[in-house]
Order: sequence, then C-alpha cells, then structure tokens
Amino acid sequence: MTILEEKATAPAPAQSRPEPVHHAEPSGLVKWLTSTDHKVIGKSYMFTSLALMIIGGAMALLIRAQLASPHSSLLSFQQYNELFTMHGSIMIYLFVGPFAFGGLANYVVPLQIGAPDMAFPRLNALSYWLYLGGSIIMLLGFFTASGAADFGWVAYAPLSSAVNSPGAGPDAWIAALILTGFSAIFTGVNLVTTIFYLRAPGMTMFRMPIFVWNMLVTAILILIAFPVLTSALVMLYADRHFGMDIFSVKGGGVPVLWQNLFWFWGHPEVYILALPFFGVITEIIPVFSKKPIFGYKGMVFATLAIAALSTGVWGHHMFTTGVVLLPFFSLLSLLIAVPTGIKFFNWIATMWRGQITFTTPMLCAIGFLITFLIGGLTGMFLASPPVDFQMHDTYFVVAHFHSVIFALVIAAIGALYFWWPKMFGWYLNDRIGKVQFWLLFVGVNATVIPWYILGLHGMPRRVAVYNTGMGWHALNIAATVGADITGVSFLVFLLNVYLSWDKKVPAPNNPWDGTTLEWFTSSPPPTHNFTRIPPIRSERPVWDYNHPDAVAIPAHKSDNNDKHASPPTGASGDDGGD
Amino acid sequence: MCCMTHLSVERPSGTRLSRHLRPAILVSSLGLLLSACSLPSYGGYKGATTQGHDTHLLYAGLFTTAIVVGGITLSLILWSVFRYKKRSDAMPRQFQYHIPLEITYTVIPIIIVLLVFFFTVGVENRVDAVSSNPYVQVKVTAFQWGWNFDYPQLHVDVHGVTLQNPEMVLPTGKTARITLVSADVVHGFYVRQFNFSRYAQPGVINVFDLTVRHSATYQGQCTQFCGLYHAEMLFRVKSVPPAQFQAWVHQQQALGHDKVVAKQPSPIVKVRSTNSRTKI
Amino acid sequence: MKVEGVVLISIGIFMAVVSVGYWFWSGEPSGTAMLIGSVLLGLLPGGYYYWWAKRMRPRPEDRPDATVKEGAGVIGSFPHGSMWPLVFGAGAFLTGLALAFGWWFLPPGAGLIVVATLGVTMQSRRGGTI
Repeated sequence: MTILEEKATAPAPAQSRPEPVHHAEPSGLVKWLTSTDHKVIGKSYMFTSLALMIIGGAMALLIRAQLASPHSSLLSFQQYNELFTMHGSIMIYLFVGPFAFGGLANYVVPLQIGAPDMAFPRLNALSYWLYLGGSIIMLLGFFTASGAADFGWVAYAPLSSAVNSPGAGPDAWIAALILTGFSAIFTGVNLVTTIFYLRAPGMTMFRMPIFVWNMLVTAILILIAFPVLTSALVMLYADRHFGMDIFSVKGGGVPVLWQNLFWFWGHPEVYILALPFFGVITEIIPVFSKKPIFGYKGMVFATLAIAALSTGVWGHHMFTTGVVLLPFFSLLSLLIAVPTGIKFFNWIATMWRGQITFTTPMLCAIGFLITFLIGGLTGMFLASPPVDFQMHDTYFVVAHFHSVIFALVIAAIGALYFWWPKMFGWYLNDRIGKVQFWLLFVGVNATVIPWYILGLHGMPRRVAVYNTGMGWHALNIAATVGADITGVSFLVFLLNVYLSWDKKVPAPNNPWDGTTLEWFTSSPPPTHNFTRIPPIRSERPVWDYNHPDAVAIPAHKSDNNDKHASPPTGASGDDGGD
Repeated sequence: MCCMTHLSVERPSGTRLSRHLRPAILVSSLGLLLSACSLPSYGGYKGATTQGHDTHLLYAGLFTTAIVVGGITLSLILWSVFRYKKRSDAMPRQFQYHIPLEITYTVIPIIIVLLVFFFTVGVENRVDAVSSNPYVQVKVTAFQWGWNFDYPQLHVDVHGVTLQNPEMVLPTGKTARITLVSADVVHGFYVRQFNFSRYAQPGVINVFDLTVRHSATYQGQCTQFCGLYHAEMLFRVKSVPPAQFQAWVHQQQALGHDKVVAKQPSPIVKVRSTNSRTKI
Repeated sequence: MKVEGVVLISIGIFMAVVSVGYWFWSGEPSGTAMLIGSVLLGLLPGGYYYWWAKRMRPRPEDRPDATVKEGAGVIGSFPHGSMWPLVFGAGAFLTGLALAFGWWFLPPGAGLIVVATLGVTMQSRRGGTI
C-alpha cells in the first residue's frame, strides 16, 4: 500500500518524472489486468468503447445500405431488426456513455482536481470489468440460435416478452445491460466521492473546472437514473422467465409501466451522455480562445438546472401513448432550452474578443456547437405535444437525436485530440485531424438533414423496406452517402493514430497552454499523478501560474477595462508549468 | 383561405389547468392560427384533417421561431469564429462576467419558451378534443401485422388480414371518432397527411377525433416498431363525401351479414396463430 | 463540505416541488414513486454533508485561501493494483451468461464473486503491499 504524501509541494523541478515506490510491480498484460490506476482504466474504457463504436458504426452502414433502395434484399427483416436494435444499444449503452463517464471522466477528473487517483480504485477497476463483460455478453447475442435482441433499443413491453421475443438473444441483452448498469452506478459513486473528498487544497467547489462540475452532475444523474433501469430490467427478466406478469395485461400487469420506468432512466440518460461533452467543449473553447470561460457560475447553475429538469421530462417520449400528462412534460421539456441556451451564449461570449487558434479540438468544438444547435432546436418541436404527434416515430425524431448524439461524437473526437498528448506524450497529427473533422462534420450533417425531410414526409423509423411511390428514395440515398462519409472519417482517424504512433512527435507537459491542473504534471502523468501542484486561486491554476499578469477579471470589476486582480500568491514568473 | 374555422363541439374533460385557461387559450390560439396562416409550410403537410391543420400551423409557427433563434445563434457563432481568429500575440482581455448580459439571455429564452408553451396548450386541446356526437365511430384494432376497422353502430367490420393493406372509409367534412386498441404489442396509428399519430397499446383505449377535410385516399402505416413485419403493416384511409359513405355502409352491411353468418373467426385470433418469428 | 451539501439539498428540494406538482396534477403512481426516490437521493446525502459542514472546520479544499502545504500528510491509501476486481468481474460475467444461456454458469460465477469479495476484504484488512 502506498501512502501518499505527494500533496506537499516538493521543490522538484516540474520536468522530472517522479519515481513511484516500486515493489516488484507487474508488467505487461498482468499489469493491465490488475491495474487500479484511473489513467489505465480510463484509457481501457476509451478504447473499448471506441472499438464498440466501430462495430456499431459498421452496423449503421449496413442499415444505410439496406435503405439505399426501397425494397432491398440485402438484409432480411429479421437481420435488419437485430441490426438496428444492436446499433442503438451499442451506441447508447456501450459507447457514448462509457466513453464519457468511464473513459474521459476517469482519466481527466482526478487530474483536474489534483487527486492521486479515484476514491475507490478497486471499485473503479470492477466498473471496467463489468462493462467489458456486459459488452461481450451483448455481442454474444448474435451467436444465439434466435439471433440478437430485435425489439429496438427501448425494448417496449409487451414486444420484449417471452412470447413475442423468445430466445437467449434478448436475455443476453438484458444480462448485458444489468452488468453495464451496475458498472455505471459504481462509476457514479466513485466520481461523486472523488470530487467531494479528493480535491487539492484551495480547489473549492466553485474553482473546479466546468468539466469536473459537469461530471459531478452527470454522476448524480447516473445515481438517480440507472437504478431505475436496472430494476426495470430485473422486472423484465422476471416477466420473461418466472411469469411475474408485471408488464403483461393478461396477468394483470401494466405494459405502459415499462415505458415509464424506461424513460425515467432514458431522459436523464440523454444528459448523462451530453453533459460530459458540454464539459469537454467548455474546456476546449477557453484554451483556444485564450480567455477564461465566460459566466462560470452561470455555467454551473445551467448544468444543475439541466440535470434537475431532465428528471421531470421522461413523459415527452410518451406523448402519443395518450396516458401522460401533456402540459406538465411539455413545459418542463421546453424549459430545458433555457439553461442550454445560457450555455450556448456563454460559449459564444468566451470566443468573443478572444484570439482563436483553429486546432483540431477547436474545430470539433465549433462543429459541436453547430450540430448541437440543429439538434437542440428540433428538440423544441418534439417538446410540443401536437407537433410530436406529427413527428413521433418518424425519421424526424431519428434525425433529432442523431444530431444531438453526432454532436457529442464530434466533441468526443475533439476530446481525444485535446487530451491525447497528455495521455500518451505524443500528438495526433493535426493536419490529418482537420481532414477527419471536415469529413465527420459534413458526413453527419449530410446523413441527418435528409432524415429531417424524410420525417416530414412521413417515413417511419425502424422499417426495413418502403414503397417506391412514397418519394423517399432520393433522400435515403443522400443519407446513405452521408453515413459513408462519416464512416470514412473514422478510417482517417485510425490512420491518424497509426501514422502519429509510427512517427511520434513528443508533446510537452502543457502543449496547448492549458489552464487546468492536468497540464501541470508530466505527459503522460506518473502513477499517482502529481509531484507538485501550483497554488489554486481560481478555476485556472495553471494559467494563473503561467500568466500571472493575465488573471481573470472578477465579476464586480468587469466593467473596468484594465484593472486586474492581484496575481495569485505564490506564483512566480517562471514558466515552470511547461 | 387556408384557415378553416374549426368548430369543435365539445372539449374533452381536460385537466384542471386547461379548463381554467380554456377561454384565454381559445382566443389566443385563434390569433396564432390566423397569423400563422401567412407562414410558409416548411416542407410539412398542411394537414388533411382539421386537427392536423391546427398542428401544421403550430409547426409552422415553431419553425419560424426556430429560424429566428437559430439564425441569431448561428450568426453569433460564425461571427465570433471568423472575427476573432487569432491575428496577433496580444493577450485578450480576461473578462469573465457581465451580469446584465447573462440575465438578458436567461430571461429572453424563458419568455420564448412560455409563449411556445402557451400556444402549444391551445393547439393541444383542439387536437385532443373529442366530439360528443360524432358522425361515425370506428374501433381500430391493431395487431401483428395488420389493422381491423370496426364500425360498431353501423354493423360494418372491415376484417383485417395479416400483411394486407386494408381501407378505412370515412365521410369527408364529418367528425369520426376513432377508438384505438391493440390486440398484442404496441403499434402506432399514423397517417402522414393527418399530421397525427397515436399508440395502440394493450391495456389502453385511446379515443380521438378525425375530421377529414378533403376527399382522397391517404396512406397510413404503423410507426411504432412491433416486430418482424413492422415495415409492411400498412393501411389506407379513404375519405368520401357523406352520401357516398352511406352507400358504402349499405354495401358493406350486405356483405358483412354473410360474414357474420359464416362465423368467421375474429381477426385477432386468426393472427395470433400466425404470430411466429420463424417466418422468414 | 457546505457547498456539496447545498448542491444536493437543492436538487432534493427541486425534485420535491416537481413530485408534489406531478402527483396532484397527474395522480400517476409510478412516476411519483421514482420522483420521491430522487428527492431522497438529494436530501439524504445532502443533509449528511450539510450536518457535518456545520460541525467541522472547513477542509483545505473548502477554503479559498488554503495553501498546497495544508494538504500535506496521508490522504488515503491507493493500491497500485489488485487482481480482485478482475476476479469479481469474471464472476459477474459468468453470472450474466447464466441469466442468458443456462444455469450451469451460475455456480462458477457465484463462486468467483464470493472468492473475490473475500479476497478484496482480506487485502484491505491486511494492509501492506496491495
């Protein structure tokens, strides 16, 4: 057991790699298998989820190929249904969420708050193994006699009952989600405890980077939402195997209960996916605009407001059931636009009068803003019940949430380019990165925008074939081309990883003139992260350390042009951080 | 004139709030509908039913709002991106707060949201209104994978057969009350020109009105994924003038009588037996 | 500690308002039950933090003027590695397979989980090199 006394600022020079206490440390595979280091676990999470994203993306390309012609026989109905179910399940349950709260949060949060590790390192490792096991079980569904789950990623009762969806495939789906659900809950507990108990001295709550705030709120949302999903899955399993009849009319159950339980998880889940990437954007934009984040406190309150509201809006997925309280859910759903709007304007005001450099992460941040703007505005339509009656279960809805999720994916790529030098000590090639960004940005919007029009023209989602006379063919071809461009952009990403790895360009500790603590330690950081920590006097300790004459102007002085707050105590003028 | 006056006879026993707000909302939503008449259709259908037409006007209003809000936001993003591209090494002023500005862009969205909500509730009550004396009542039963249209008062039953494309006949300009149920899993009753969909669910009986404005045949489809042949669960709605509708009813009654005598099994039972996943 | 408590308590209070509104407006029990769960999730830990914040001196991470030196000392024990999460995960994986593919995966799965639970407990109690 290593007792850490690292928080005492050792006078060691910043460049020197610390020598952790060695006691016959294992190496190679055994080291990875037994590691409880949040950085190792974070990277494992990221690459596992990226691998799953490539699998899910390949499924998406098959689905698009099927829809490129009206009566395609490329896939059978059964195959098509399995593919879109597994595409949705992989992307939602196994990629975006775990990448964000398992990968990015795990890696970045302890570094940003100056902690040596997560609060419960072994629980953290368990989270990863549960996630990996769950992902494998979900994919194993394809190898069962009845095929993988084929009731859509929402598994509406009673379609998901043992009568309507028999076989081991759906059971594998349930088992996988129970495991990954526990994994998410454990990660949530771990994140909250880490953020509450392991901050560096002086890092008050209102000095935490916005990314950490967003991850804290995400973790709280996980704790609110995931237990509901996991218990609903247990009920579904009991229904299927022990005849509990919770969701079946025949046994006196209530099928709509599934939708209530599912969406009580499902809508907070949207923000569990989105908030981490809002956080990523809030880290990237100030760094490349050379300014502090505009309206820090407003950002925090907006995040809390989004989280609080998101727990009361699950019914907007059920407007067309005819059994939910329309005005209640409509009002709360529309109100989410307000804190989201605050965030948008804060991001814009952060860029305002900055000195913006267009690196790949910054391009991704701008791409995120535009794509998410489209997704957010179309969300307003769906929050209005009559218009939702028109759009529900058409491609308009598919387009809406793909706009949102694709925006998050663009942000995820930005996050990878942003933190890659920190994680590995070498850069991803920026020029290839820009090529990838443009392919991705053009590809996703070329996929999504035809879908909006298809939705307005009445094309329902989850159909394997459609009639030629409906006028949907050309738009579907456009969407397929867009999806293929998106696919190519990920090939470019893999190529970039290979080429950058082949000819490594070493990265310094602080390659982007970053502002938060992770840029103070070495790249990659040592086992327990820090050998020393700069004084923390704002949410930008490393910036204050490196630019003592450019401290952020506090709120009550913001009207005075050139008065700066006094430089932080203890900051010397040297550039020790780089 | 694009705005037909919509005379719904009676409002549903709505929630307490909507009952209190009803007069105000009625007046104001009428105002919205009148002003929305001059808006473009933004790629949507104008609505073949009076209910769908109301929805369409709300859609057009929302689209206009979205263009304004989105346009402003997008211009601000693009402006700051192009205007504040790095030009020198000068350190930008490190301003972080501007309380009046922040309050402004909190309050304005709240006002927009409340307006949108206000009009939404108005249209919602009109779309969900159920007449007390409909011209015709139809009980629609969705099943895997087809539709059954039963006219209980008229003793007409359009038997649904799996993977057929059955036709529901409605009188143009008259109010039809649809009672929507499901025999097995959740289905979605959706006709694109009606701008309307509603789930057919086991354990839930959904009731809504359709008042078709123009005589035509409309293609409908199941929108809620319901299993293997979801994509082929189609139906048509044929709207004909009332006189023609009566003629059709008489014709069906003659046909249907034979069917009843022949003791055809109910479509639901028939379909249950074909509900097999090994079909492909 | 205080801010942590206040954040959670305010989430709890907001959810309480939503729950009351939802219950009296819709009368729908399942959503209300889940909302009340969210209220408790905010109030219980939030109240705990707030209660302690009232009774202890602010920690260095709560004080804006704290210096890094004040955080010196033992801040916790962080193992370099442990095989038990992997063993537990393997057990959970087998249990998951049992749910889907057959009960015979259950005995080895449950066995590994028990072994891992014992192992990780022993590891913590024994201390020393983990």
